[in-house]
Amino acid sequence: MGLFDRHAGLLDAYRDVRTTGYDPFQIRMERVLSPTKAIINGRETLLVGTNNYFGLTFDPSCMEAAIEAIRAEGTGTTGSRIANGSYSEHVALEKEIAEFYGKKHCMVFTTGYQANLGVISTLAGQGDFLLIDADSHASIYDACKMTQAEVVRFKHNDPSSLEARLRRLGDKPGNRVVVLEGIYSMLGDSAPLRAFVDVCKKYGAYVLIDEAHSLGALGEHGRGLCESTGVIDDCHFIVGTFSKTLGAIGGYCVSDDPDFDILRVTVRSYMFTASLPPSIVASVRQALRVVKARPELRRQLWDNVATLYDGLKAQGFTLGPEHGPVVGVHLPDRMTAIGFWRAMLDAGIYVNVAVPPATPNGVSLLRCSLCAVHTKEQLDHMVEVMTGIGRQFGVLPDKQLRAAGAR
Amino acid sequence: MRTAHELTVENDGIADTMILTRSVSRAEVVREICAHLEPYQVGEKPITGETVIAKDLTIDSLAIMDMVMELEDRFDVSIPMSVIAEIHTVDQLADTIGDLRARA
Repeated sequence: MGLFDRHAGLLDAYRDVRTTGYDPFQIRMERVLSPTKAIINGRETLLVGTNNYFGLTFDPSCMEAAIEAIRAEGTGTTGSRIANGSYSEHVALEKEIAEFYGKKHCMVFTTGYQANLGVISTLAGQGDFLLIDADSHASIYDACKMTQAEVVRFKHNDPSSLEARLRRLGDKPGNRVVVLEGIYSMLGDSAPLRAFVDVCKKYGAYVLIDEAHSLGALGEHGRGLCESTGVIDDCHFIVGTFSKTLGAIGGYCVSDDPDFDILRVTVRSYMFTASLPPSIVASVRQALRVVKARPELRRQLWDNVATLYDGLKAQGFTLGPEHGPVVGVHLPDRMTAIGFWRAMLDAGIYVNVAVPPATPNGVSLLRCSLCAVHTKEQLDHMVEVMTGIGRQFGVLPDKQLRAAGAR
Repeated sequence: MRTAHELTVENDGIADTMILTRSVSRAEVVREICAHLEPYQVGEKPITGETVIAKDLTIDSLAIMDMVMELEDRFDVSIPMSVIAEIHTVDQLADTIGDLRARA
């Protein structure tokens, strides 16, 4: 058996995808012009699939902070946080994030993926129980492969399904750790967090919530779903990322647990990788200041969500269940999704395409993510383009054809 | 397909009362598993105890895990993911459910 034989099914599927002429998984941004524009295939393209919720990647103050940090401290740390890679700035960033949440402790990781991977797999060990939402991100699933704990999935966003699984554990010894996400990355739906927290309290389970897509977007101060639902104090661990609203890369975990710092010498994805470069730490610190100082960005983001979501809905598209910074557009199958995606790119609009096995319940999606600095004109145009393509592809009813057929 | 549809309707109607607290025969468990797998049947080849779920049918790994979640709630057991990974045939899945029920 050849090394790649086990991927035969996936290779077939990937070949299908590429017959459309473009490979959605190898799109090249030839030149990024702004948070909402890039040159792709030689033409200026509107970006509506970059997770850049506040558009801070080109914020002048964040850029200047990064440039200054490079001049002062160089391009990289060349070492891990437990060796030569902890600078005063890393520690300052941790303090600022802890304060942002009103929690005592914070650890910063080199990516959000590594934060979930390391924290989740380390918190729940041999004899413990890890309960995860069925639609969890890959980083959470990968953590489950690394842990010695028993892992059980519960139905997506269904507190009664979690409760049934906690109840079945009965009085078995071992910690219960429940993993949730603030906003789910494929359909933009948020967890019924209060109901989940109530169930966790009833059964004495720890709550870990990943606010990757909700940082900045939800809550009066942008702390995420834990803030907008008023349960920050009931969330034992809050994980998040710097690679979306904060416009850079990196991850974090905050907690009030007095022994939290032991994770610094137990979490392998923290210990055995180089720390964030000074430029990233500096731009993230500045981005966090911008998030605090400019709440209007949050309002703009949600205005844009409403324009796109309501616009597409009115045209008859099937969307994710609620308004969210991610708007998932359901398409009937994988090839329609790929073809639709390609037609949009030809029309100068970039979104993500998400197909099985990366999607829940085998759905095929165009995954759009909004930016606070999209203009209403850009989004109205996008709705118009998608409506046209939707009619061409038979995803939306073609009114004129129907009229002709009726005659 | 019809069986799957009927099951959905049945579950919608009675919700939680569908959880089986009484003793369940192995045949009943196998029947339930087969009903879930029916939509993924290849041609006329019947689904039996020896059917290798991931290989002999058109079901993908995620759909298998989702089916297991349904079976968990139907038979009031939790099957850890590491155990699911070791299950290959319909018989093995039925035995696992039976064992977990016996231990509960």
